[in-house]
Amino acid sequence: MTTTTAPVLTRRLLDGTGADGAAHVARYGMLPRLRLDDLLRAVTESGLTGRGGAGFPTAIKVRAVAGGFRRPIVVGNAMEGEPLSSKDAVLLSRNPHLVLDGLEILARAMRAKRAVLAVGPDFDAAPVLAAARGRRLEVAQLEGGFVAGQETALVNQLDGRPAVPRDPFTRVTESGVDGRPTLVLNAETLAQLALVARYGAEWFRSAGTPEDAGTSLFTISGSVARPGVVEADRGSTLRDVLAPTQPVRPAAVLVGGYHGAWVPVSGLDVRLTQRELTAYGASVGAGVLHVLGSGSCPLSFAAGVVEYLAGESARQCGPCLNGLPRMAADLRRLAAGTRDASLPAEVERMSALVRGRGACAHPDGTVRFVASTLDVFRAHVTAHLEGWCPMTARSAS
Amino acid sequence: MTHADLVSALWALGRGTGVVALVLFTISIVLGIVARSGRRVPWLGRFGTSDLHRTAALTGTGLVVAHVGTLLFDPYAQLKLVDFVFPFLATYRPLWLGLGTMAVDLLAVVTIVSLLRQRVGPRVFRTVHWATYLLWPTALAHALGSGTDAGTAWFRGLAVVCIGLVTVAVGWRLSPSYADRGWLRHPRRTA
Amino acid sequence: MTARLHVDWTRCDGHGSCAELLPDVLAVDDFGFPVSRSGDRDPAVPRRSVDAARHAVRNCPLMALRLYDAAG
Repeated sequence: MTTTTAPVLTRRLLDGTGADGAAHVARYGMLPRLRLDDLLRAVTESGLTGRGGAGFPTAIKVRAVAGGFRRPIVVGNAMEGEPLSSKDAVLLSRNPHLVLDGLEILARAMRAKRAVLAVGPDFDAAPVLAAARGRRLEVAQLEGGFVAGQETALVNQLDGRPAVPRDPFTRVTESGVDGRPTLVLNAETLAQLALVARYGAEWFRSAGTPEDAGTSLFTISGSVARPGVVEADRGSTLRDVLAPTQPVRPAAVLVGGYHGAWVPVSGLDVRLTQRELTAYGASVGAGVLHVLGSGSCPLSFAAGVVEYLAGESARQCGPCLNGLPRMAADLRRLAAGTRDASLPAEVERMSALVRGRGACAHPDGTVRFVASTLDVFRAHVTAHLEGWCPMTARSAS
Repeated sequence: MTHADLVSALWALGRGTGVVALVLFTISIVLGIVARSGRRVPWLGRFGTSDLHRTAALTGTGLVVAHVGTLLFDPYAQLKLVDFVFPFLATYRPLWLGLGTMAVDLLAVVTIVSLLRQRVGPRVFRTVHWATYLLWPTALAHALGSGTDAGTAWFRGLAVVCIGLVTVAVGWRLSPSYADRGWLRHPRRTA
Repeated sequence: MTARLHVDWTRCDGHGSCAELLPDVLAVDDFGFPVSRSGDRDPAVPRRSVDAARHAVRNCPLMALRLYDAAG
């Protein structure tokens, strides 16, 4: 006898059955076959938003692609180019069937020409390949990098081109892979959609908040005793989400990964919602939370991040390619305690110069991270400009 | 005007249009290199350099059409229509004339792709445009070999000046200081 | 309807003809790339400059420019 009772509140996604298909059906029920309008109604009512970073309402995206003339392409994005993120990898190893269910449900309802799950080069594809057997979909293991998971860069790779972004003037929902309308959804979004399709919008909304329903996966790293992936209600406080990982002397938390913003330890009771995080210039993004410990220099950390981001530029767009290394160099000088009072202003000038001037949001995200760093750690910056570091309580080096 | 005068006039027109076209293509190739360099030319500006490069090329192309047209109707040249498309079939100086035919073929491809560049995209446009470096020497060789004026002092002088200009421009094009349009930049990934 | 200028950054090589033709709309940054004076991603082109903008679109050697009509 199979049971189809909905999973417990905050273990909706992570309590998967691995590659075991029979156990998956026993726990979650058979794969539902939904017509497009029924699926759209359920997803719209659920209020599901993308879990890949942009948080865009999923129903709107699906509707845009399904409304096209040609048969569309559906892509599951598990590229996870952000080094601090591992939620998609964990989800795909624990619950590959649920992610693939989401892909199949969409592909059927939209009469898709192709359904592809895209994973990165370092990903252990064995469980998902096993789960994909017998399903009408492809698993593509592609080249990685920070920008490779960007929507248009992924579409380019699937078209056999280099993994760099396209000019966003033409949206992939209109013309993407093979010139067809293309729906790109994060792997976790697909899993959430598979749950909505089975248990309905009302069930989905029984977790989270009215404005931001459901649960979400968070990857927690840094100064914590037990780093890893946590599933929590949307709208939980930062403190509650971090609790299972046991933070160690936190000074601040980077919310949103390398393109995110800082929440100082005084703000740990902030709810992880768009509205409350706006005050910090942050957003939930892909649920990446990195805890900076009290003994670490935030400017040194930031310089390292921007150096990494500069190196990961796709190198197509002049402002990003040239501006980011300048910002990285200036931040490194700042972290080193260089007594040059013009450094913060110069970093801000270069930030204003690169923002919005590129084919993707790489420079914009970098600018957000840098601006947050200089703002939240303002006192720190002042100290560094005088030659010493408060965090490490010695001369900056 | 007698028939002989008319034929003489056609012959002169044929040669004249050819020579002027060659000069215009020389100007165009040099301006093309200056335009690609991104350097600002006083009074013209970067956009003016591009505009003039294009105008010179199109005017030269128009003159080549006239050049080919007058020669088609010239009884002394003894050319058939096929000679304007397939090289080396003519009875009069087939090698040098054949080069002219090849130049016309190349010119046709380059011109058509340039006029349609918005449709074919930057990569195809750029690749085909490289053929201008083959087009110019072919046209020059054709002029030196089959042109009746090739032996005259003024034409030789003109040819030397044209060759000199193009050599200097191409030399600059190949030099390391030419790169990145004159700015201190990281090189972009293209296509 | 406002005419807006879109730069395809995957093609732009910082040649600079556009900034010469549209000095009220574009300036040039530290690296030679065009930057919108208004800070808008796709800057609005005033009616008096639309002809110059069309010239800039034709003139761009990398075909990186596009002029389009946007609401408001």
